[in-house]
Amino acid sequence: MSLAGKDIAFEVNGSRAVVNVSPVARLSAVLRDELGLTGTKVGCDAGDCGACTVLLDGEPVCSCLVPAAQAEGSSVTTVEGLANGHLSSLQKSFLAHGAAQCGICTPGLLVSAAALLEHTPHPSETEVADALGGVLCRCTGYRKIVEAVMAASRFHNLPDAMPAPGYAVGASPIRLDGIPKVNGTERFGADETPAGALAVVAIRSPHWHASFVLGDLDAYVAAHPGIAAVVTAKDVPGRNRFGVIAAFADQPALADGFVRFRGEAVALVAGEKEAIEDLDLAAFPIVWTALPHILDQAEARREGADLIHIARPGNILTQGMVERGDPDAALARAAVTASGDIETSFVEHAYIEPEAGSAWMDGDTLVIRACTQSAGIDRDETAAVLGLPLERVRIIPTATGGGFGSKLDVSVQPLLGLVVLKTGRPARMVYSRQESMMSTTKRHPARMRATIGADASGHIAGMIFDGDFDTGAYASWGPTVANRVPVHASGPYRTPNYRAVGRAVHTNGPIAGAFRGFGVPQATIMQETLYDELAGKLGIDRLEFRLRNALRDGDRTVTGQELASGVGILACLEALKSHWDRAQADARDANAADGHVRRGVGIASCWYGCGNTSLPNPSTMRIGISADGDVVLHQGAIDIGQGSNTVITQIAADALGLPLAKFRLVGADTALTPDAGKTSASRQTFVSGKAAQKAASALREAILRFANVSAAGRLHLDGTVLTVSEGEATRRIDLASLPRDALGYAFSAEESYDPPTLPLDAKGQGSPYAVYGYGAQLVELEVDTRLGTVRLLKITAAHDVGRAVNPLLVQGQVEGGIAQGIGLALLEEYVPGRTENLHDYLIPTIGDVPPIETIIVEVPDPEGPFGAKGLGEHVLIPTAPAILNAIRDAAGVLVTKVPATPSRVLAAIKAQGALR
Amino acid sequence: MTQPRYARPDTIEEAVALLSTGRWRPLAGGTDFYPAQGSRPIRDSIVDLNGIAALRGIERTTEGIRIGARTSWTDIVRADLPPAFEGLRLAAREVGSVQIQNTGTVAGNLCNASPAADGVPPLLTLDASVELRSAAGTRVLPLQAFILGNRRTALRPDELVTAVLVPSASAGGRSTFLKLGARRYLVISIAMVAARIAVAAGRVTQAAIAVGSCSEVAKRLTALEADLVGRDADAALAHVVQEHHLAGLSPIDDVRASAAYRREAAREIVARAIARLAGAAEDMAA
Repeated sequence: MSLAGKDIAFEVNGSRAVVNVSPVARLSAVLRDELGLTGTKVGCDAGDCGACTVLLDGEPVCSCLVPAAQAEGSSVTTVEGLANGHLSSLQKSFLAHGAAQCGICTPGLLVSAAALLEHTPHPSETEVADALGGVLCRCTGYRKIVEAVMAASRFHNLPDAMPAPGYAVGASPIRLDGIPKVNGTERFGADETPAGALAVVAIRSPHWHASFVLGDLDAYVAAHPGIAAVVTAKDVPGRNRFGVIAAFADQPALADGFVRFRGEAVALVAGEKEAIEDLDLAAFPIVWTALPHILDQAEARREGADLIHIARPGNILTQGMVERGDPDAALARAAVTASGDIETSFVEHAYIEPEAGSAWMDGDTLVIRACTQSAGIDRDETAAVLGLPLERVRIIPTATGGGFGSKLDVSVQPLLGLVVLKTGRPARMVYSRQESMMSTTKRHPARMRATIGADASGHIAGMIFDGDFDTGAYASWGPTVANRVPVHASGPYRTPNYRAVGRAVHTNGPIAGAFRGFGVPQATIMQETLYDELAGKLGIDRLEFRLRNALRDGDRTVTGQELASGVGILACLEALKSHWDRAQADARDANAADGHVRRGVGIASCWYGCGNTSLPNPSTMRIGISADGDVVLHQGAIDIGQGSNTVITQIAADALGLPLAKFRLVGADTALTPDAGKTSASRQTFVSGKAAQKAASALREAILRFANVSAAGRLHLDGTVLTVSEGEATRRIDLASLPRDALGYAFSAEESYDPPTLPLDAKGQGSPYAVYGYGAQLVELEVDTRLGTVRLLKITAAHDVGRAVNPLLVQGQVEGGIAQGIGLALLEEYVPGRTENLHDYLIPTIGDVPPIETIIVEVPDPEGPFGAKGLGEHVLIPTAPAILNAIRDAAGVLVTKVPATPSRVLAAIKAQGALR
Repeated sequence: MTQPRYARPDTIEEAVALLSTGRWRPLAGGTDFYPAQGSRPIRDSIVDLNGIAALRGIERTTEGIRIGARTSWTDIVRADLPPAFEGLRLAAREVGSVQIQNTGTVAGNLCNASPAADGVPPLLTLDASVELRSAAGTRVLPLQAFILGNRRTALRPDELVTAVLVPSASAGGRSTFLKLGARRYLVISIAMVAARIAVAAGRVTQAAIAVGSCSEVAKRLTALEADLVGRDADAALAHVVQEHHLAGLSPIDDVRASAAYRREAAREIVARAIARLAGAAEDMAA
């Protein structure tokens, strides 16, 4: 039994509020649940993320740590109170700088910054960082946030940034979905509670591998007033097995008798909110029997090891292989070779929004509203688990507070569906931070070994790569990682003789799935660190070595794919040349004095195929002009902060020839938007953008045909009058007078695009991707050789995006990707069972990301819309290897396990005995 | 099941009277209370100390400086304190984030008894003691005697920490604080050091050095302190630090660092803290 409620009166955003709550209720919960102020976000309930920051009598506090009683008689300011009907200059500055991406951390940042600006209107960078150091952001890399706060005093008016017709592509208008992200009105997964919704909690395994027996659940429900139902595997009406890749689907929605990993769900308890909050889950009737488990992938691969899945011999989920030429002979002949091993760790996505959503029945259709990266996958997987036809499951995604790959897999969706089907009542489920971290996917830890050889003139002769990727207990995206890695492990370099093998290995560890780059960031650490070693052995400048080997137009990749044009790696590396020379000179100067702090410079490249690997990958877009003169884009490509709502609309605007300002978006909804596929594989700008371009072009053609005007015709939309002109001739179309088509529009079009790819054969030869993007990054840092600490000084990033549809959003992706690359390289190590929170698992804070200079390179791709290529994953691939290369340049040692924590860096230095 | 109670007394006397009547869980800043609670329902009776004005604030007394138990870390940052408290002030700025510093309290940091508590090393260098009140009376324990181990203190269930006391004799000299963590903000330290040195006529007259996160409870390096006293406060002072001075530490391997690393790093940051203070002493002399 919990504490009795108490009346508590305080002022919120200038208005008086009285609530009757437990005096020790968290203020964050009071604001959200009692007062409906859902602009205040909850990311961890532990003071580790700062998303719930509010001002208590003017001072920033984590409202998740403030007892409600403490608010009595005080004044509370939330993000909703910053605007007062119009946006504050700080909020405008955030919009203009692109400082909000997904928007989940934005309220906490804005509130913290507002407190700073109150007494320091023109803060320095250090003052901004000190004030915002307690708020984590996983999308932006913080640089735009720093700029936005420093410039806030200048933003009295939002720049009038809507581009002129025909000039949307290449412009950086304020993101079309931006305003709700800065005024607190954006609705994320946890921000909606349907009337009468049951709260749902999951019972999860505390063991890595265990069998279990459930007790008397009817008696349990009867003994707990307010508990409506317990749902178990017996209640699963459909196939109790899900997984994003149908052929490998293996994860039960609710485990039936035994579990394969810690955090696996075995039952759901649904009840009234108060009853669920008052539940001690430790008293749930279940008896566990722990079984032997395997957490180490080498142990899992050992002869005779217990099988995690009976049908997967050797605990190998799947293996990918690419072979070209004769790598063994090439290495035997090579003038120099370099070999090495690299190990990486589990990396947690650590989006600030834990998984959350709600569901209800609308007639006989189950409606699910949850954060996600793919409405289509959610629908298909949920329908399969529930045994419902697809048309009876409707997914209306909420805004998604960061995804980075993990929200491609379902989480709350089938669980909510099970509760709604069993009880007939709406339901709502919000994961705790710990639950999110223990039960959802991670980046695969890799153990890789490779040898690369070059001839005496510095040209790569051959490469052999072998990598094991710990895929954890269930398949998720393990097969994609195993297949993507061998295709990309060469880097964007001419490698005539090549063999690469990637394996996804089962353990009882956390499920490893999709995480920005699908294994390629890990593999690139292997390849790029060996490149530095080769350049050193050959006595060739490290950048020059890469320039010499970079792929050119007309080259064939390791899969034998001819890249006829659009190969941008050379341009990216050349763009870094002057920075490289300057950085090298600076490092020489800095190291002239014989101190214990040594400066180093590192470089690394990336390439990355956009879209699915040799698999169909279509996107469909619909666009219509309504009788009231709105241009409506049915844009189903989920915007998880990266900007697809804005970018795809920009493409559509220019393809149609009407101004961006005329567009209205119909957001992702499986009932209203055609399937645009998943937000994954850096495919939305390319694939969905191309579908939008095709749909908008088709719409334009239809209008021109109707007006009997040639392709040169110009469109103008004024109210309900659409004017089409060509030279002297003008045709006025009164939209309101036109008959409506089947979709209810005066004119409409729907088009699909599926990138042309060819399958990979047994040796991995084929054309797996229609478009590749390229990039290279240069890192400057200092190593304290007595403490093993690394201080990043600057990162210069050149990325070939084909065509920057929205340069500001490109920069945002680059900076955010780099921040995640910094985490991979220096900070992030998810230790199963030990770091299930955001104070033991460390992601970069605002003080950990150095100045970033983004150089946008535009080598158009013939396939991409307006020449555009994907970008979202490319941006973090070069960062970690460039950092490791810079550490080696500074301290003379290569750290072979990431993250390169101070402990590991110092151990490497001492092992080498190199410097002191 | 009986319903737990909630009380928000206005005075220390009321609070300790309550504590003598049964099992109560104290709540002040909340920055450790809520993370420890997680999403489990609260079944304890809570004594909310936030209504007791007398517990908050810093005052100079005839004996020294008295820091009220509920004094927040922000209060420490903003307080007008002598240079000997600079280490405490620097530590205050490293407690979690600004948000945590605004609500987290000095006594809470001690009662939570984390080996990585940022406030403990500087308070150790100030020879701080802890004032405990109960219905039975008041007792004062040296900080070393108050924190017994990882998450263990000498606080009795009927007692309340009312103040942290720094004697005048230890409020002299200059101090500093170095925190070594894997990231810039919001970080649990791998190792940390607080150092306070008093100098007269160019020589060290008092030295207090404490290392945190390298043993269950932060520890004073008394052998090192003894070796520092009497030496010239110049750039060479940092070279006094030898491996054996850190022998009393017992660092562990954990997710943040290896034990071997901690030992090595602790020695390095101790030397740097001393160098910083010795440099400052030289500056003053010049």
